[in-house]
Formats: sequence, structure tokens, C-alpha cells
Amino acid sequence: MKLVLSQEQQQLRESVRSFLRAASPLPKVRHGYDPQVYARLNGELGLSGLIVPEEYGGAGAGMAELAVALEETGAALLPGPFLATAFAAIALTRTPDKELLSGIAEGRVAATLTEHELACDGTTVRGTLTQVLSGMEADVLVAPASTGDGMVMVAVELGAPGVSRTPLETLDVTRGQARVVLEGAPCRVLGPQPESGIGDRLCVAVAAEQLGVMRAALDAIVAYAKIRVAFGRYIGSYQGVKHKLADMHCKLEQAESIVRYAAWAADEAPDELPGAAALAQAYVGRACFEVARDHLLLHGGIGYTWEHDAHLFYKRAKADEVLLGPPRLHRARLAQLLEL
Amino acid sequence: MNLAEYRRAARAWLEENAQAGDRPEAGDLARAKEFMARFYDAGYSGITWPARWGGQGLTEAEERAFAAEARHFTLPTYVFSIGLGMTGPTVLDRGTDEQRERFIRPLLRGEEIWCQLFSEPGAGSDVASLQTRAVRDGDHWVVNGQKVWTSIAQYADWGLLLARTNVDVPKHKGLTMFVVDMHHPGVTVRPLKDMSGRANFNEVFFDNVTIPDEHRVGEVDDGWSVAVTTLLHERLSISAGVGMGGQKDNPASLEALRQAVDTSDPLVRDQLVELHIRSRALALFNQRLAQETEAGIFPGARGSAAKLLLAELTLFQADLATQLVGPESVVAGHPLAQAISLAPGFALGGGTNEIMRNIIGDRVLGLPPEPRVDKTVPFKDLKVGTQA
Ligand SMILES: Cc1cc2nc3c(=O)[nH]c(=O)nc-3n(C[C@H](O)[C@H](O)[C@H](O)COP(=O)(O)OP(=O)(O)OC[C@H]3O[C@@H](n4cnc5c(N)ncnc54)[C@H](O)[C@@H]3O)c2cc1C
Repeated sequence: MKLVLSQEQQQLRESVRSFLRAASPLPKVRHGYDPQVYARLNGELGLSGLIVPEEYGGAGAGMAELAVALEETGAALLPGPFLATAFAAIALTRTPDKELLSGIAEGRVAATLTEHELACDGTTVRGTLTQVLSGMEADVLVAPASTGDGMVMVAVELGAPGVSRTPLETLDVTRGQARVVLEGAPCRVLGPQPESGIGDRLCVAVAAEQLGVMRAALDAIVAYAKIRVAFGRYIGSYQGVKHKLADMHCKLEQAESIVRYAAWAADEAPDELPGAAALAQAYVGRACFEVARDHLLLHGGIGYTWEHDAHLFYKRAKADEVLLGPPRLHRARLAQLLEL
Repeated sequence: MNLAEYRRAARAWLEENAQAGDRPEAGDLARAKEFMARFYDAGYSGITWPARWGGQGLTEAEERAFAAEARHFTLPTYVFSIGLGMTGPTVLDRGTDEQRERFIRPLLRGEEIWCQLFSEPGAGSDVASLQTRAVRDGDHWVVNGQKVWTSIAQYADWGLLLARTNVDVPKHKGLTMFVVDMHHPGVTVRPLKDMSGRANFNEVFFDNVTIPDEHRVGEVDDGWSVAVTTLLHERLSISAGVGMGGQKDNPASLEALRQAVDTSDPLVRDQLVELHIRSRALALFNQRLAQETEAGIFPGARGSAAKLLLAELTLFQADLATQLVGPESVVAGHPLAQAISLAPGFALGGGTNEIMRNIIGDRVLGLPPEPRVDKTVPFKDLKVGTQA
């Protein structure tokens, strides 16, 4: 089991972090998706191809590396379809498709994934998807679909006729969702639906993003607690504040340990992955929201303003916590895996 | 020998040498010492300690491989825990070569038992305000005063003693660390019954106890920095006690509870899931700290986070278990009655939860300190202890 980053992974983290610091600073993210930043992220850093196998032009890295990247995009509250494309890439590594994978690796294609099942007649699909992550920004939707004989994975061009997309007004202004209705939209069958493993990897990916969100939220409030004065003292010197920050730090330490473990399990220990993935969502999802919430509260009134960034973390944390379904599902999964 | 072979050999040794009736506590001191000698001779005591002083000179990898196997057994090693976890590492880090030569091997072999004499009736969290005095007299020191909550003192041969050597300077600057002979006629040890009904800790009185200057650890009046070394080791060694599952003999573990309660109730299931989540989260954090240590990143004050989390988990777990099991859990003889009594100890010994949060805030997060009145005042002018 590997819970500590290797030197290469640390370098990856550093390069993503410094890129985002310059290209997508926090004041910018509330304006939403910037395709140019996204293109550079994929072009200069090759991030979209991180887990795409080398034969399709990607870096052939594992979930451990993807987790490092997602932690940074999470910390930066990066807008746009990076997570959605990572979701699609996760699914596509199990049902490889040269065209899509190389498109993603080159940064030409932004994709998204739904776990909701479509109906497919071999060349077109039907279905109503009420919430598709980055559905307006993505070029392609990857989805499971039922055909006359069995379940397949399909790819649907979201710009094609038969597709209607409506942007949703989401809580998280830094990342959108769309309602997508498919009425005889052309599709390409990629292959049979893989038995398992996709959902677990999505859990790990989201947990990595949540880890970044919580780390950045904690950093922000720790920094503020060192400069904000009340009653003649820095607020960080009051135990009511300090002890809460200490508890938030404890959550962060445990969350990081779980994310590293779950990413390792995804890459190296498939038997442990289901338990690790459910643990990651059950623990990190909650911890992230709690930290983001307390980070907002400890800012005082300024934290409740639209101007301030605190609500962006709070909202991303909430959106992430429920992204993969009501959190009780992860707990129920654990109960089932523990044979309780 | 590669790691897998090492681990197999360790398991074989444990199967042969750990006895079914063994408890961690010192029920039978002779058995504990006899076990420890064999443990040392087999090469499992002080796995990572330098070979030069009697350790095995191996790496964290062997230590962890051994610990992973040892988790399936109960070893009678409690009386050695202060020496192995706290005072031994302090002597290794801060002692002289003569002290290392004299003390380390007998400690590792269980021939000599150690205790840690820091807390006093008037000084626990704020241990630097302690009042036990050591006064120099030629080539030795004369100690008078009282310690309290001293675990294992009733069995100890040696104690690591923090005493005041200068009252004219601020409190942190007038302390010195010593190794004191617990068999000195001026040392009186009185066992104190703790809330679980057992007497694991003691009051210790010093009446003109002499200590040769060779048994001073670190410089005169620099005892605080030595104590900080001990406390760092203490927090790490306490927290490292949690392993990856398999908490043999813990009546509040998930494994024990799933046998004892009706898991068809979804509320019960969810509470057990919560226990699983919290236990795994901490176990993985401890593993990560261990891997970082191995990679050369010393956890330092972050060990306080692990200690705090363990204290909270222990309280949560015993509380949850008694709630799930119900009335029978609070009758003497039920293992949970013992567990719920022992649980608060973790949140007090080795520094309270509040002190851990202060340390995390100040040292890990770098938050501004609280205003302090005690840092610049000479000790003799300071208010300490319990005062109306
Ligand atoms: C099972 C057990 C074993 C022990 N073994 C040993 C041993 O072997 N050797 C040894 O030297 N000691 C030992 N101790 C003593 C232990 O270290 C002290 O009890 C502990 O540090 C607390 O000190 P105190 O009892 O004086 O409480 P106090 O310091 O009086 O604390 C009372 C309350 O005030 C709070 N408090 C104090 N200062 C602050 C602050 N700055 N900020 C916020 N809250 C604060 C504390 O958290 C606590 O809740 C042991 C204790 C226990 C319970």
C-alpha cells in the first residue's frame, strides 16, 4: 500500500498547482468555464490524457496520478469539464475507443459520463438525463445503453441533431450541469458494458477533488485567522477558533490518507477497491463539506457575502458530496461489503 | 531474509511464544520479564533501534511487518511500554553514550522497567510549572518533591525525571532531566486506584533522593527541550498503537460488536458503518505517518493529531458499544464495563485533547499563540497549581 506521493507525483502536483495559480486564480473562477484555460491545461500539461493509455496518445498513468491532478483542480475550484472528462476517460479505459481516447488525450474532446441507462437501437439513442455534469461544455456523452441483446456503452455527439440541452442553474456557479434529452440522437456503440469498477473509480476521483477543496478551504481560513483581529487579538489565538481549525486539520489528514489508499487500491488492489471507494466517499465527502462549512463560518459576515470566495468552496463541497448520489448510498454499500 | 520471510518467521515465533492466557497488564511480572527476554533474544525488541546500543538496526518496514503479525496476538508487554515508547527513545536521542550503553540494552530485554516522572499534583498540562526540586551538591543532585499519575512506577527500576533546578528564571528555562533510581530509599511509590478500579498509576514521593550527575540527560536547565523530545515520542507511540483492523480482544471493535448485536436493524448497521469509517480513517492516517517516517519525513507535531483522533475514537467506540449492547454492558465482568471505564484515560494521559488541539493549532497550522503571562516571569513569582 502506498500512501505517500512519489517524487514524480510531487512534481506533477507542483506543475499543476503553479499552472492553475497563474492561469485560473480564484477571483477568476466565479466567471465560470474558460475554454482557453482548459485547452492550455490539456495542451501544456497534457492533463486530459493523464489516464489515457499510451497507445492512444495518453500518459498511461493511474488513478494515483489522476488523484493528484484532481486534488489541485479541486483546490483551485477549476470550472469546466475536467472532472467530467476524467469520468468519461475512466469509463473509456474499460471500453477502449481509439477515436475518443485519442481525442481526449489531445485535448480536442471534452466528454462527460452518465450512469443513467439509455435505450439504443444500434445507431440512435433515446432518454432523458435530468442532470449531466458539464453537459453544456462537453462534446461527447458516454453512457450505458440497453439494446435488444444486452447492455452496451455508447458515445453520443452532444452537438448532433436529436439532442437538446438546457443549462441548469446550479448551486455551484463554478461548474455547470445540463438537462439532456436524446430523441433518436445518433450514437456509436463502443462495446459491451464492463461488469464493474467504473463507479468505484468515480468515487475515488471525486474524493480526490474533495480533498483539494477541503485543503484549500482550510488554508484560506488558517491564513485569515492569522490576520483578522477581534478584541485586540488575532482570532486564530482564540481556542474557540483554534480548536475548530485543529479538528479540521485532523479531518484533512485522515481524508488524504483515505484518498491515497483508495487511489492505490484502484491501481494495484482491485479486491480492496469497492470498500476503499465507498469509504472514500463516505468519509471524504462529509469531511469536505464540514470543513468548507466551518471555514465559511469562521470568516464571519464577510464569509456570507457573494463577493467573498468562501461560498464557492461551500457550494462546491455540497455539490460534490451529492454528485454521485445521496451519501447514504456509500454507507449502505459499506454495510453490504462488511456483511453487516 | 526478504520482508515476506521476515514476516513468516515473526508469525512462527509469535505462535510459539505468545501464550493464550497472556494479558497486556503486568498480572505476572515474572512471566512478562521472561517473555521480554525471549522477545529480545529472538530479535523483536527495538527492531529499528541502533544495533550499537542493542537494537536490531532494521527499518520501519520490518517493524511494521512485525506489528502486522503481532496484532493477532496479545503480548504481556504493557509494563515495558513507557520505556519502549518514551523514555528509551529519549535516552537514545538526548543521552550520552555512557547512558545509552548502560540503559538501552537492559530496557529492550525487559531486565529493567521504566517510568516517566513528569506530572505533578500542580502541573499536568502545564508540566513546565512543576515544583519538584533538584539541587546540586558536588557531583550529584538531591531531589525533593512529588509526582503523580506515574504509570508503571510500582514496577519501575528507573524513572525519567523532570525537576526544577532554577527558580530565578522563567519556568521553561529552569528544568533539568534526570534518570532516577526508583530503588533509592528516598523514593516512595504509592499506587493510585484509577476509575477502572485498577492501580496502573501511582503517586511518587522524593525525599532527599540523590542522583549522580552522570544520570543527567541533556544540559542543566535545558530539561524542557528534552521533555519535548519525550512528549513527541509519547504521542507517536500512543497513536501508533492502532493497527489496520483486527483489534484482538477489544470488546468494542466492529468484529466483537457484530457478534454481540442484532445487525438486521438498519440503525445498528449504520452505527457500525460509522465505527468502521472512523477506525479505518485513523488506521490509514497512522500508516501514512509510518510511511512518511520511513521516507525520512518526521511527523513531529502532526503526531498530536493522531493522538487526538485515537482519544476521540476510543471514547466514541466504548460509548457506542455500550449503547448497542445495552444493560448487560454496565455490569461488572462484562468486558465493555471495563472498556467504558478505561476510555477516558486516552484523552488525558499523554496530554489532554485540548492540549493536542493547542499543539496542532500552534505548531502544525502556525496560528498565533494565546497571550501568556507565564513566559517571562521568574518561576518563583508565578502562580501555579490549584489556587482559590
Ligand atoms: C491513564 C493516565 C496515565 C498517565 N501516565 C502518566 C505518566 O506515566 N507520567 C506522567 O508524567 N504523567 C502521566 N499522566 C498525567 C497526564 O499527562 C496528565 O493528567 C495530563 O497531562 C493532564 O494534566 P492534569 O491532570 O494536571 O490536568 P490539568 O492540566 O489541570 O487540566 C484540567 C483541564 O484543563 C484543560 N486545560 C489545561 N490547560 C489548558 C489550555 N492551555 N488550554 C485549554 N485547556 C486546558 C485540560 O485539557 C483539562 O481538561 C497520566 C494520566 C492518565 C490519565
